[in-house]
Amino acid sequence: MRTESSALRSKDLLGIEPLTPEEITLILDTAEGFKEVSERPVKKVPALRGQLVINLFMEASTRTRVSFEIAEKRLSADTLSFSASGSAVEKGETLLDTAQNLMAMAPDMIVIRHKHPGSPKMLADHLPASIINAGDGAHEHPTQALLDAFTIRERLGRLQGVNVSIIGDIAHSRVVRSNIHLLTKMKAKVTLAAPPTLMPAEIEKMGVRVVHSLDEALEGADVVMMLRVQLERQGKLSFPSLREYYNTFGLTPERLRRAKEGVVVMHPGPMNRGVEIASDVADGPYSVILEQVTNGVAVRMAVLYLLSGGHPAE
Amino acid sequence: MKVKKRLLDAARMNRAIRRMAIEIVEKNRGIDELMIVGIRSRGVPIGERIAREIEQLEGRPVPFGIIDITLYRDDLTTIAPQPVVKPTKLPEPIDDKIVVLVDDVLYTGRTVRAALDALIDFGRPKAVQLAVLIDRGHRELPIHADVVGKVVPTDAEEVIKVKLVETDGEDEVLIMER
Repeated sequence: MRTESSALRSKDLLGIEPLTPEEITLILDTAEGFKEVSERPVKKVPALRGQLVINLFMEASTRTRVSFEIAEKRLSADTLSFSASGSAVEKGETLLDTAQNLMAMAPDMIVIRHKHPGSPKMLADHLPASIINAGDGAHEHPTQALLDAFTIRERLGRLQGVNVSIIGDIAHSRVVRSNIHLLTKMKAKVTLAAPPTLMPAEIEKMGVRVVHSLDEALEGADVVMMLRVQLERQGKLSFPSLREYYNTFGLTPERLRRAKEGVVVMHPGPMNRGVEIASDVADGPYSVILEQVTNGVAVRMAVLYLLSGGHPAE
Repeated sequence: MKVKKRLLDAARMNRAIRRMAIEIVEKNRGIDELMIVGIRSRGVPIGERIAREIEQLEGRPVPFGIIDITLYRDDLTTIAPQPVVKPTKLPEPIDDKIVVLVDDVLYTGRTVRAALDALIDFGRPKAVQLAVLIDRGHRELPIHADVVGKVVPTDAEEVIKVKLVETDGEDEVLIMER
């Protein structure tokens, strides 16, 4: 058989930051092939037959965990998922001990979500399995950024030159960090808006424009990405009330009119309806929020597939 | 690699493809249940040309699809890096159709085995047939072609290079040797 091929350089996907634009394009192109698999009568291909993937979710997750599990099953991998509650973690076992014990059962890949930034990197340094970061603290959430980019590319046909405005809880968001890395590498133009208390100092150094009102951010935007107010990651609220937040930074149909015709409205979920986004917008004609979820499976299939093969560096 | 022999030029390739189209129509007594499916990558332009020839012969179009066999390869765990995956596109359900798979070269038969597995995931065709431009022998599986453009006995060390206008800018088939 003749083979046209390309590869990721690393055995792991720890973040978007280490990826090249070519690697990002490879993942997005591959995901197009996998999207078609999810539309077939038999939604399963034998590509990862006999490979074991462990999903290690040490922090709450519905969407990402379900999405990874579906992606693994559609690739015919054997899967095993477990969470912190009900496991030896509750008895005080360290992450590395947990992982080394799992490794003794020879998984090919480990998908990890953890509240501490850098935990996936630590596993990647110690274990021969491929490690996929499914969110580590406020550091990165690479597959979310990839599925966002896939959705933008599918809707607008490109990433280069697209005006993307990201609005909301920038300070606590790993999604925004991965998205900034990805979008700037792909030459999109990123604008951030948030209350000053939720905007990290010197974030302009990541190559983004910072504005301080929602209206400014919406002006001329092709894509509006609303972030969830992460109430659970804040000691106390960084703004006076949720009502006030909605009035200043909540996306309503009236305010959305400032954006470009045919604007694409995104949200990584889970949404706080009536806080960062009005229901009329979330369920409205410009929203691609559920498409993002569908595309998430295709993008994760692409990542699992690309990491499952051999690596040129080996 | 150097060119050992030129097997087909553009004119002879076109004649071979036209004859393949006629054989497919004749063998199936018409095109009522027919679907032509090209195997990525060079099976696609050859399949498209066969479908065009059939349309000219019969005066109406025959459904044409594309199948990507990458995820069904039997060597996925041993080759590195991973081959590029592209979408499969079938124009309509394949149930009760006579599907004619089209590829450029039939060699070990492993690509066709993968294509059969991929196809079955989309439904239950009435029959599956195989049409190839070049049959070079050296089968490793019990697979044969129903319609062949040209049979070429080869050494295992030789490489058959099929060039098409659509992918390579010109039409020709070469035997290369080390």
